[in-house]
Amino acid sequence: MRISVTDLSVRYGATLAVEALDLAAEPGELVAVVGPNGSGKSSLVKAIAGLVPHLGTIAFDAGSRSSARIGYMPQDTGSRAALTVLEAVLLGRLGRLGLRVDRADLAAAEAVLRGLGLTPLASRYLGELSGGQRQLVFLAQALAAEPDLLLLDEPISALDIRHQLEVMQTVSRLTHELGLTTIVILHDLNIAARFADRIAVMKRGRLICQGEPDTVVEPDMLASVFGVEAALSTAPDGRLAMTPLRAL
Amino acid sequence: MSASVQLTAPGGEIAALYARIASKRRAVLLFGLVALTLSLVLDVATGPAFLPIGAVAKSVFGLAEDRTVDAIVWSIRLPIAGTALAVGAALGLSGGIMQTILNNPLASSYTLGISAGAGFGAALVIVLGVTLPLPEAWAIPLMAFLFASLSCAAVYGIGSLRDSSPEMLVLGGIALLFLFQALLAMLQFVASPEALQQIVFWLFGSLQKASWGKLSIILAVLAAALPLLLFDAWRLTALKLGDERARGLGVDVARLRMRAFAIVSALTGVAVAFVGTIGFVGLVAPHIARMLVGEDQRCLLPASALYGALLLSLASIASKTVLPGAVVPIGIVTSLIGVPFFVWLVVSCRRAFW
Repeated sequence: MRISVTDLSVRYGATLAVEALDLAAEPGELVAVVGPNGSGKSSLVKAIAGLVPHLGTIAFDAGSRSSARIGYMPQDTGSRAALTVLEAVLLGRLGRLGLRVDRADLAAAEAVLRGLGLTPLASRYLGELSGGQRQLVFLAQALAAEPDLLLLDEPISALDIRHQLEVMQTVSRLTHELGLTTIVILHDLNIAARFADRIAVMKRGRLICQGEPDTVVEPDMLASVFGVEAALSTAPDGRLAMTPLRAL
Repeated sequence: MSASVQLTAPGGEIAALYARIASKRRAVLLFGLVALTLSLVLDVATGPAFLPIGAVAKSVFGLAEDRTVDAIVWSIRLPIAGTALAVGAALGLSGGIMQTILNNPLASSYTLGISAGAGFGAALVIVLGVTLPLPEAWAIPLMAFLFASLSCAAVYGIGSLRDSSPEMLVLGGIALLFLFQALLAMLQFVASPEALQQIVFWLFGSLQKASWGKLSIILAVLAAALPLLLFDAWRLTALKLGDERARGLGVDVARLRMRAFAIVSALTGVAVAFVGTIGFVGLVAPHIARMLVGEDQRCLLPASALYGALLLSLASIASKTVLPGAVVPIGIVTSLIGVPFFVWLVVSCRRAFW
């Protein structure tokens, strides 16, 4: 599903979190949104998910937002509600669930749980999981919606390196194989450069630049947007690798 | 997780797990029902004259052999015992909903001023003789119901002045609790000794004025509320993940909360109106239910009603047995017996259930 954001602004009281932002994403494309803390990344994603009031246009080629299947994973995955992992994942299919859960819903939940290696945890309560495990559960919840549009707000921030790579490999594979439109907020520029088809850089609510990782992640951008001096090199597999050296 | 994960075809493992969870929950509900039936029979048997349990059970199930037992059971004791069940169920259910929609373990109609509002309404009739064009026996319940509904609307109104967040609603409820307590104290201050005694008795809570008519009204409200709540069960469950998460899953949080508040208002209003303010059941029953079945509201809400009914039924038995020859007001008994039980339950439960 193609999504097109035009002249988007999000305001919280006197604070303008997102200002006149244009962004589009295509089916089968993984767009990473990066930027310093408070640059408006989460507000952008929440506006697309319809969770905050906004000005401007967000167009879905499926028609309206209500007819689009959106899988949204929030930044805050700290819920300790007495829900099992299975129930939390089933909630991702909320619009389709009846009082009796049918086989299709259980099959969809099983596929996602299995895919993310969560099956052994399915009967555990959310409060009994580690922060990283909960983050995987909420990713599973977003995927259980069988979305066309996947919005992930820092999905790997609480994960160890191995799980960071595994989750991003999964997200990237699903995006390309199933033709999902994926917008993911990331802090790790190396992960963004490795997995994103396109990187969008935000600062103070504005889109500073966007493009393929090699063209976006460069010394001037890192200095002006993030305030860091960094060395760029090429990893053994030919991908871009960034080593931060010092804060400017 | 493998690096090359596939969203593979299911092997039925999760369906089997789901079936296991569902059957455990059915067992919890069934156990509650059996315990409730036993408690009902025991409650009917207990009184100034202890009736043989076998005779009571026969009478309750329409197989009576002794007309005197039948008369005592059906005219006097069954309406009271049935009211204990119905009021307990209504309080347990309303407490369960409030704890869910406010995402707060301390929420109940008692702690958030709704019962206090009802008490003030009842006291208005008792002290000032505001009886409406009705006999006092019906004016007190009606005013209590009206003020319970008004309190509910006020909690919601105060909360929505800002953002209708659970925190704002809880703060609104606490403010209202203190307001109605002060207003009630004022009425007690100006009341005649007779009126004061009547208010105090009403505030203790009592099942003694129960009747079939009143019981059917409470049952009718329960029968209407439960299907409406079950219709929203998944959405209410989603609310436990937080407002933003629920909205992200497609829940219209504000409308859901308003619908649920209206149901809480009716349940609390009708429960408190006929028996006075009974604390604790609305707070504790949902916690017991949550420990047993978790947060899935499809099961939690019926379980809250069931265990609320069981708690009040047991309290009703205790109220007739702790002091020989006297019936201690049920509101006192629920807290006296319930508090130590609840503390034991919370301390001994190893799993974080909230």
